[in-house]
Amino acid sequence: MKLDITTPGQQLFSGEASLVQLPGLDGLFEILENHAPMVAALKKGKVKVQQRDGNTEFFEINGGTAEILHNNILVLAE
Amino acid sequence: MGNLKEIRTRISSIESTEKITSAMKLVSAAKFRRSQQAIIALRPYSNKLSEIMRSIGDAADSVEDMPLFAQRDPEKVVVIAITSNKGLCGSFNSSIIKETNRLIQDRYANQVQEGHVQVICLGKKGKDTLGKNYPLMLSNEAILDKPEFAQVAAIAEDLMDKFAKKEIDRVDVVYNQFVNAATQKITVEQFLPVAPQEKTEGENRMKNDFIFEPSKEELFRTLTPRILKLQLYKMLIDSIASEHGARMTSMSKATDNANEMLKELRLRYNNARQSSITNELIEIVSGAEALNN
Repeated sequence: MKLDITTPGQQLFSGEASLVQLPGLDGLFEILENHAPMVAALKKGKVKVQQRDGNTEFFEINGGTAEILHNNILVLAE
Repeated sequence: MGNLKEIRTRISSIESTEKITSAMKLVSAAKFRRSQQAIIALRPYSNKLSEIMRSIGDAADSVEDMPLFAQRDPEKVVVIAITSNKGLCGSFNSSIIKETNRLIQDRYANQVQEGHVQVICLGKKGKDTLGKNYPLMLSNEAILDKPEFAQVAAIAEDLMDKFAKKEIDRVDVVYNQFVNAATQKITVEQFLPVAPQEKTEGENRMKNDFIFEPSKEELFRTLTPRILKLQLYKMLIDSIASEHGARMTSMSKATDNANEMLKELRLRYNNARQSSITNELIEIVSGAEALNN
């Protein structure tokens, strides 16, 4: 699935991911392939991105919103 | 001869002015391009955010305790004026200052008398004039050189906080909206309370049947301040792009004027030079004639 993490100033990440872990308001949750459409509020925390090749990356965000639609994940971070 | 020398000094002074203005034009053209890119980069982000906001907009009715929407009689007012730090950009700053004064005198005349109107000046030019006339709540100059979202967000958060605590009742922003390089639109926008948005029914996105996490209402609550922060950031970026655009056009006009003036002065210089040579020749010839006789 395709993942984009953007802030108003810059693009933090854009590419393919096999697993994304997001800091939801009520706790961490993970997104896998073919997730149902969803809009989620995020709090301050780390976004964990597991890429296809097994590499894992972390991005610090200061809250935000995530939209998951047809295997496209868009994280509007702050 | 005195006239000749006068023209020559004028020519050289205008030449150096022309050099400065054309250099400034190039500098602001480069800065303008950069600030325009910032606007373009922000566009997808803000579009997406307002799209999400629209899709949960119907939750607005069920959220009651939203302090940011509270319409109160404006007793304590804050006006944010976004200007520039440097001059030489035409009427960019003066029109903002004029508009701010007009807004305060027209709409908030009573509040001013009671000393309940405060100003926030982003940019030195605004601070220098408006800061003297009205109590200055906050001013920031560095933010224009390097507009960072976090800084803007801090200002917006502070305002929202004060608004929720009823320390202020209304916030307006006066800024130059970016249209294109040569045009800026002076805009007054209401920042707080949040103006109720128009309902757009029949969103085709709703077919997707989103899961809302944690809930539509909660999302709405967290999204509203986020959109406000973004709004302020957008206005700042708009104003910066407008500033460089305004400077670019006014400098290019100044360069054109200088060139035109130079052309005229050179013509006058050559005329004067020629007539002085003719005069000298006449003197020599008539002197020689006198000796022959």
